[in-house]
Amino acid sequence: MTSVAEQAGTQTDAPQPAPGAARRASAWARRAPLLPALIFMIVVTQLPFVATLVISFMDWNAYYPSERGFAGFDNFVRVFTDVNMRDAVWTTILLTAGVVLISLVLGLGIALLLDRKFRGRGAVRTMMIAPFLVVPVAAALIWKHALYNPEYGLFNGALTWIWGLFGSDNPPQPDWISNMPLWAVIFSLVWQWTPFMMLILLAGLQGRPLDVIEAARIDGANTWQIFRSMTLPHLRQYLELGALLGSIYIVQNFDAVFTITSGGLGTANLPYTIYQIFYQAHDYGRASAAAVVVVIGTIIIATFALRTVSSLFKQEAGR
Amino acid sequence: MSITDTAPVPAAHDERGRPVKKRREGANVWLSLLAWIVGILFVLPVVWMVLTSFHSEANAATNPPSVFAPLTLEGYREFFSGGASPWPPLLNSLTASVISTLIVLLLSLPAAYALSIKPVKKWTDVLFFFLSTKMLPVVAGLLPLYLFAQNTGLLDNIWLLILFYTSMNLPIAVWMMRSFLSEVPVEMLEAAQMDGANLTKTLRSVIAPVVTPGIAATALICFIFSWNELLFARVLTATVAETAPVFLTSFVTSQGLFLAQLCAAAFVVSLPVLVAGFAAQDKLVQGLSLGSVK
Repeated sequence: MTSVAEQAGTQTDAPQPAPGAARRASAWARRAPLLPALIFMIVVTQLPFVATLVISFMDWNAYYPSERGFAGFDNFVRVFTDVNMRDAVWTTILLTAGVVLISLVLGLGIALLLDRKFRGRGAVRTMMIAPFLVVPVAAALIWKHALYNPEYGLFNGALTWIWGLFGSDNPPQPDWISNMPLWAVIFSLVWQWTPFMMLILLAGLQGRPLDVIEAARIDGANTWQIFRSMTLPHLRQYLELGALLGSIYIVQNFDAVFTITSGGLGTANLPYTIYQIFYQAHDYGRASAAAVVVVIGTIIIATFALRTVSSLFKQEAGR
Repeated sequence: MSITDTAPVPAAHDERGRPVKKRREGANVWLSLLAWIVGILFVLPVVWMVLTSFHSEANAATNPPSVFAPLTLEGYREFFSGGASPWPPLLNSLTASVISTLIVLLLSLPAAYALSIKPVKKWTDVLFFFLSTKMLPVVAGLLPLYLFAQNTGLLDNIWLLILFYTSMNLPIAVWMMRSFLSEVPVEMLEAAQMDGANLTKTLRSVIAPVVTPGIAATALICFIFSWNELLFARVLTATVAETAPVFLTSFVTSQGLFLAQLCAAAFVVSLPVLVAGFAAQDKLVQGLSLGSVK
C-alpha cells in the first residue's frame, strides 16, 4: 500500500512547485510511509494514558468491585500523603543518580584505559561487554544468590579465602543485602551499565581529532592539560548521551529491585511501588493516580532532557 | 593513538631526555595491567556463573568457594528435566522477540524513510515525539494494558506481549533507522533519479547497501530488549505465554541447594543474548546510542 503511494510521490515530485491538488497529494505521499508507525505509537501510548487518567479519578479496587465509582481527587490526595510514595520518589532519584554517575565515571576511566594499544586489548573489551549481555533478571539472581549470599556467596567466600591466606579463621562475613540494601542494588546495576557507558565513551574517544592533540603535545601541554582542555570537552556530548540514555532505562528499573530485595529495606523505587499497589493491593484507582503523578513529573524532567538531546542534534544538522 | 602514547613525537620531550620516555613506557605497562585487572573483575561474575553451573550442588555452595571441584552436567539435567520444562517459556520468548522485532522493522523502515530521505514537514517534531514516548514510565501503561487484556481475553496470550514489545522498541528503531538512512549520500540519490531509476531500483541499489548493517544493528537491539523484558511479561502472562525471564523468577522459590541449577538456568536464558551481542559488538554501540555513535 505504501509503496504505491510512494511511487505516486516520486512522479508528482517535480522540481518546480506543483500547484494545488497535486502538491497536496505529494505531501500525503511523503507522509504515507510514516503513518503506520506514527498511528501505532499514538494508539498504544496515548490511549492507555487517557485510560489511566480516567481511572485515577475513580474508586476502583478489584477486591471490592461493588464500590466502583467517581472518587474526585481522593486518589491523588492519598498518593501525595503516602509516605511510601515519597520514599519511592527519593529512592528512585538515589538509585538512578547513583548508578548513572558511578557507571559514567568508571566507564570513562575504563574507556581511557582501552583507548591505548596494548596486548589483548580486544580481549579486555570483550570481557568488559559481557555484563551488559547477561539478561537483567539472571544478573540480579546471580548477584543475590551466587555473590551476595552471606553463607556461600562468592564475596564472603573470597573474604574467607583471603583471611585464610594470612592464617586467620575468623574472616568478616557481612550480610551484604541486609547491611546495605540500596547499595547492593546499585552495585549490581553499576556492573551491568558500566560497559554501556564505556562503549559510548570509547567511541567518543576514538573520534577525537588526533592531529590537534599531537600539536598541543608538541607545544608542551602535559597529559592532564590535554585531558582537561581537549579530551573532556570533546567527550561532553558523549557523556551527556550516556547519562540521558542510562537515566531513561534505570529510572524504569524493575528487575533488580524486584529480584534482589523485593522492594524491601527501603529499596522500593517508583516502578516497583506502582506495581505493588496494582498487583498486590489491586487498588486500580490509586495505582493510576500514582502513574499520572509520575508521568507528569517525568514530562517536566524530560523536557529538560530533550532540550539536551536536541542541542546535540543541532550539531548533526539534518537535511 | 591516545593521551599517554607519545611514541610518534619524541622531539617534544628532547630537553627532558630519555628517562622521561622510559618512565612513560613503564607507566604504559602498569596501565595495561590495570586494564586487564578491571576487565577480569567485570567478567568474573559471568565466569563464576558459568563455572558454578557445571558444579554439583554440594560443591556450588561452599565457603571458601571450591573453584577446582569436578565438573558435572547435573545442574543442566536438573534444569531441563527436573521440574517444569523450560522449553515452552524459552520458545515463548523466542516467538515474542523475533515477531515483535520483525514488526518493528516493517513499521520503522518506511517511517525512517519519511523522516530522512524524503522528509515530511516538521520531521524533527515527529522524531522527538517518538523519543518522548520512550521517556514515559512504562509502568503507567501496565494497568490499562492489563484491563484491556482482561476484557478482550488476551491475558496470557503471547500476541499481547508482541504488541507491547513492538510499541516498546518502535521509537528506538525509528531513531536508529533514521540515523542510518540519513547516511545515504544525497548525490547518489540524485544521480539515481537522473538515470531514471524508479523507487524500487533506488531502494535496492542505493539505499539497501548502506542501510543493511543498520537494519542488523536495529534488529539486534530490539531482540535483546524484548528477550530481557520482565515486568509486563510477569503481569500479563501466566502458565501458557510465560517467557523465560518470568520462568527464571519462579525458579527461586524452590528451597534447598539450588545454586548450580540457578546458574545453569541463568546461563541458558542469557546465552542467546551473549552470542548475539558478542557476534555483533560494533552494532551494539551503534544500537545503544540510537545510531548517533558510529
